[in-house]
Amino acid sequence: MARTLFDKIWERHVVAQAAGRPALLYIDLHLIHEVTSPQAFEGLRANGRRVRRPDRTFATMDHDVPTDPRGNGPLRVLDTLARQQLEALAANCREFGIELFDVERPEQGIVHVIGPELGLTQPGRTIVCGDSHTSTHGALGALAFGIGTSEVEHVLATQCLWQARPKSLELRVEGRLPAGVSAKDIILHIIGRIGTGGATGHVIEYTGEAVRALSMEQRMTVCNMSIEAGARAGMISPNARTVEYLRGRRYAPAGTAFDRAAADWLALASEPGAAHDASRVFDAAEIQPQVTWGTNPGMVAPVTGRVPDPAALPDAAARKAAELALTYMGLEPGTRIESIALDRVFIGSCTNARLEDLQAAARIVRGRRASPRVRAMVVPGSKQVKAAAEHLGLDRIFRDAGFEWREPGCSMCLGMNPDTLRPGERCASTSNRNFEGRQGAGGRTHLVSPEMAAAAAIAGHFVDIREWPEAARPAQEKR
Amino acid sequence: MEPFTQLRGVVAPLDRANVDTDQIIPKQFLKVVRRTGLGEGLFYDWRRLADGRPDPAFPLNQPAYAHAKILLARENFGCGSSREHAPWALLDFGIRAIIAPSFADIFANNCGQNGMLSLPLPAAQVEQLFQNVAARPGMELLIDLPARRVSDDAGWSAEFAMDPYRQQRLIEGLDDIALTLRQAADISAYEKQHEGA
Repeated sequence: MARTLFDKIWERHVVAQAAGRPALLYIDLHLIHEVTSPQAFEGLRANGRRVRRPDRTFATMDHDVPTDPRGNGPLRVLDTLARQQLEALAANCREFGIELFDVERPEQGIVHVIGPELGLTQPGRTIVCGDSHTSTHGALGALAFGIGTSEVEHVLATQCLWQARPKSLELRVEGRLPAGVSAKDIILHIIGRIGTGGATGHVIEYTGEAVRALSMEQRMTVCNMSIEAGARAGMISPNARTVEYLRGRRYAPAGTAFDRAAADWLALASEPGAAHDASRVFDAAEIQPQVTWGTNPGMVAPVTGRVPDPAALPDAAARKAAELALTYMGLEPGTRIESIALDRVFIGSCTNARLEDLQAAARIVRGRRASPRVRAMVVPGSKQVKAAAEHLGLDRIFRDAGFEWREPGCSMCLGMNPDTLRPGERCASTSNRNFEGRQGAGGRTHLVSPEMAAAAAIAGHFVDIREWPEAARPAQEKR
Repeated sequence: MEPFTQLRGVVAPLDRANVDTDQIIPKQFLKVVRRTGLGEGLFYDWRRLADGRPDPAFPLNQPAYAHAKILLARENFGCGSSREHAPWALLDFGIRAIIAPSFADIFANNCGQNGMLSLPLPAAQVEQLFQNVAARPGMELLIDLPARRVSDDAGWSAEFAMDPYRQQRLIEGLDDIALTLRQAADISAYEKQHEGA
């Protein structure tokens, strides 16, 4: 019987399973960071347990780290609690023999940026991390999902997890993406249609011509936000592009071992006719640049649209949710999206802080100036992204336009470090969550693509990027 | 882990859908290295007015719900971040069960890891419960996990569905890691087979 990518990875990783019980699933790669791991290590110590596979465990510092430009100077963490958390991670990694990419290392960055970048993320692997955006790694054809701290402790101690087999959901995006429409717009459009709980209990596989045509980094943007639709994980079948992405990366196999691995990776792809538990089809040609107007990622509209009128919504619960959201966001029903003025712009996060994202934003920014009413910041996803961008001169383009060019970290995606919105500030953000207070108590977040964020910084309000000549090139090459 | 068999307690209504874990426990409370003491941060922004004083309209600030053990909410409760600080904060406040039409996967998992029950009921029954609580603020519910039944003292009751294994784990309060370590031989055999070690 034809099998899906998910079927093949799942079946390969079942260590033990009794009838009617969850499977004991082997975990190939465990990524950890400072915020969701301290209590797990504390639990190991309290029970005299060791880390079963330190060689399959990698740590980085990302959530708490300040991103102020520091040249070659040392990192200074003024927040005592954050410093203690970073120090705890360093001490735990030393004690348990885990490789740590700390802030002084050239590999440091957001956990979901560095995994693929270092070649740790590979097709067919099971990957977990105490972070919901672990779904990102599914872009390479891995089964990757976020877990809580108790499960982090469980994986540290056993390299396994008990998992009930999720259902599979195929989301097929047919046709070709119009110019000026990005991977971010695909996923926001999908979440707008299926809702923030639309994929709960499911692993999504993204398929179709528009998905196959995405670059690896664009695939990461799509898979990253699977969790915003409630999915357990999101994944894309490996193809030649996946193989080429991994060639030569630090932790990828080398030489003849790479060729053997590549053949295995390609054989993981879902087979024609393989059955999913559910399937939805979207037309790429219908997708427009998206802007969220509310307080969850499903509250989204095309840039040409308007803020909805809650009174016009048919369902009482949706009406109430929209009313609460508009009150929080300080928006009137019927407001044109393009007329919404901004105070801040954030280009960064595990969703959109890779080199291609920064290149896309820089194409819009080049030769222009940020609006004097907007404070705009660019936070690369990793040290490697930062170095590559600087090699291309992107830092100059951003700085010349009045944007801040900062050090890598999660930054204002969740505002655990000093990068936050003040109450009432309105931000166009390339991150993944527009929840109340997410970027700072009282802050108002609108999720958009890097191109849309860059253009909004220059105009001082949202603009339809398709009307700018820089965006008039095709978004995808034909494959 | 404390076994979960029967729980009797006040049910507090939180009439919101898509309650995300950023609301349950905002980021500034995640910079801790312990699991305890997070109740202070529970629904931090919703519990306060703009000037920082407690908002008397927020249910958990009201005397009737000060000792609530059960929370009632709308669909997709606990969506968003994987932070286990969310169930830790609820537990620290005194809440051991949440009733809603649906839950986010990671949140429900995290509850189970802490001896807490995420209890899904059909939306119509949740609506009925909201009406009951509105009529009798401070009313108690009895959750009987072995019987998979929830009831009040006025004759309302509902059966709920639950995966039998999950139910058993909660009732026995089992430590997952200790259980898994009993299968160390299976894990080693798996590693040997797949790594050729």
